[in-house]
Amino acid sequence: MAETIQLEVTRYSPERDAKPTLERFEVPMRPEWVILDALNYIKDKVDGSLTFRWSCRMGVCGSCGMMVNGEPKLTCATFLHKYEGKAVRVEPLRYFPVVRDLVTEISDFMRKLKRAKPWLIRRTEKALAEGEYLQTPEQLDTYKQFSMCINCTLCYAACPVYGLDAEFIGPAALALAQRYNLDSRDQGAEERMLALAHPDGVWGCTFVGECTSVCPKHVDPAGAIQQYKLKAAMHWVKSLLKPGT
Amino acid sequence: MNPESPNPLPHYTEYHPRWYRRPVSTYWWLGSWPYVRFILRELSSLAVAYFVGLTLMQIYGLSQGAQAYAELQEWLRQPAVLGLNSLAFLFAVFHTYTWFNAAPKAMAVRMGGKRVPEWAVAAPHYAAWMAASAFVLWFLLRR
Amino acid sequence: MPRTSNDAFFWGLFSAGGTVAALLIPVHLFLFALAFPMGWLQEPTYGTLMDIVRLPLVRVYLFALCSLPLFHWAHRFRFTLYDGLQIKHLNEVIFAGCYGSAIVGTAVAGYLLWTI
Repeated sequence: MAETIQLEVTRYSPERDAKPTLERFEVPMRPEWVILDALNYIKDKVDGSLTFRWSCRMGVCGSCGMMVNGEPKLTCATFLHKYEGKAVRVEPLRYFPVVRDLVTEISDFMRKLKRAKPWLIRRTEKALAEGEYLQTPEQLDTYKQFSMCINCTLCYAACPVYGLDAEFIGPAALALAQRYNLDSRDQGAEERMLALAHPDGVWGCTFVGECTSVCPKHVDPAGAIQQYKLKAAMHWVKSLLKPGT
Repeated sequence: MNPESPNPLPHYTEYHPRWYRRPVSTYWWLGSWPYVRFILRELSSLAVAYFVGLTLMQIYGLSQGAQAYAELQEWLRQPAVLGLNSLAFLFAVFHTYTWFNAAPKAMAVRMGGKRVPEWAVAAPHYAAWMAASAFVLWFLLRR
Repeated sequence: MPRTSNDAFFWGLFSAGGTVAALLIPVHLFLFALAFPMGWLQEPTYGTLMDIVRLPLVRVYLFALCSLPLFHWAHRFRFTLYDGLQIKHLNEVIFAGCYGSAIVGTAVAGYLLWTI
């Protein structure tokens, strides 16, 4: 294994720069290191001004998403040795504005997530004395996959529709909406419909499928969206045949 | 910008003079192999429309008499037309392949409490395709 | 009851057209654009073809085969123009052009299959 590896990292300081540039760093090549370790090495030993987000360093918080050689990745889950022999280009996640260096502005995602209403909605609350809402393992299985989302926005960086259309709600928000729609304890499917069955909701999706490919938690947002499309289409037919459905 | 402010926020990320917005190239679809595959899949719809145009032309040719239809067949044998039709055929098959691989995503079929694997949902589609094709072949070639 | 978007209808049409296209276009294209003109397979005679085309069920079949895939194309191409060429601001023109063409094609198919 080589001693060192080259990293090309986006630098952008809004006070100083008109646009982002790439800066080269030489970083030790350790077999157990991930990209995040390399970035922290740079920050500790080379340039303390390098700015990036990270937290759990074990793939559950969703903070450290960045573009690594053009692909959205969690930098805490991407080994450095996979890129041995080539330069590693680390850039901020695509399709989001850049605040500084590798930090993106994700308030657009946060707002759109809220529109999906990713929480249990009840029309009728159960009295406390009646006990908990019960759910069988089968019922859990229908939505569990979609509940694995860590809001890392890698799927947004992979989705060309999100990049091209400022209004599109995006994969994670739609997948999380579906997670609650499918939850047996939830009664909010109708409430979510306004945001979902909308040109900026599922109908904006053209099933590129890259969101599912890049998702580090195997949520399969593309699957969630297509399932919703089919349900919405069937619902539309039903409402035509039986007005007031 | 305070999200709690009384003014409703616009739907898009606010313009902020210091945030850098990277423009998306018109050639974004050349950026990665999955994107290229996606655009090719979408372009297969042109083969579908082309087929309809061709079929309508043939039906019209039939309606104009045996001579007209024979001339149409002659036209179809021209190398350029043949080439185009071969390309259309390839794209039509590509459409079928991508369509049947996409269909299981939209259908969350559950049997016995577990999700049926995607290939098991795609397989009946392919079977139906074989059956339909066999039937058309039989129907037209039997005389 | 919130009114759901009409996109559901267009997507449904797109799906139906896509399924018809996936199941039937390859074999039809193979026969009528390749095998028959090139003589790889024995084409039915003109008379036989006319008899077949005039059967009511075949007329309906061909109508569906021509109309639904056109709406599949219209929906897909509309989004390809939005994303591929980034001309979403021409929304109304694209919409009218795509679905309008599909409607015209359907009308032509209907006329031809009715009168043949």
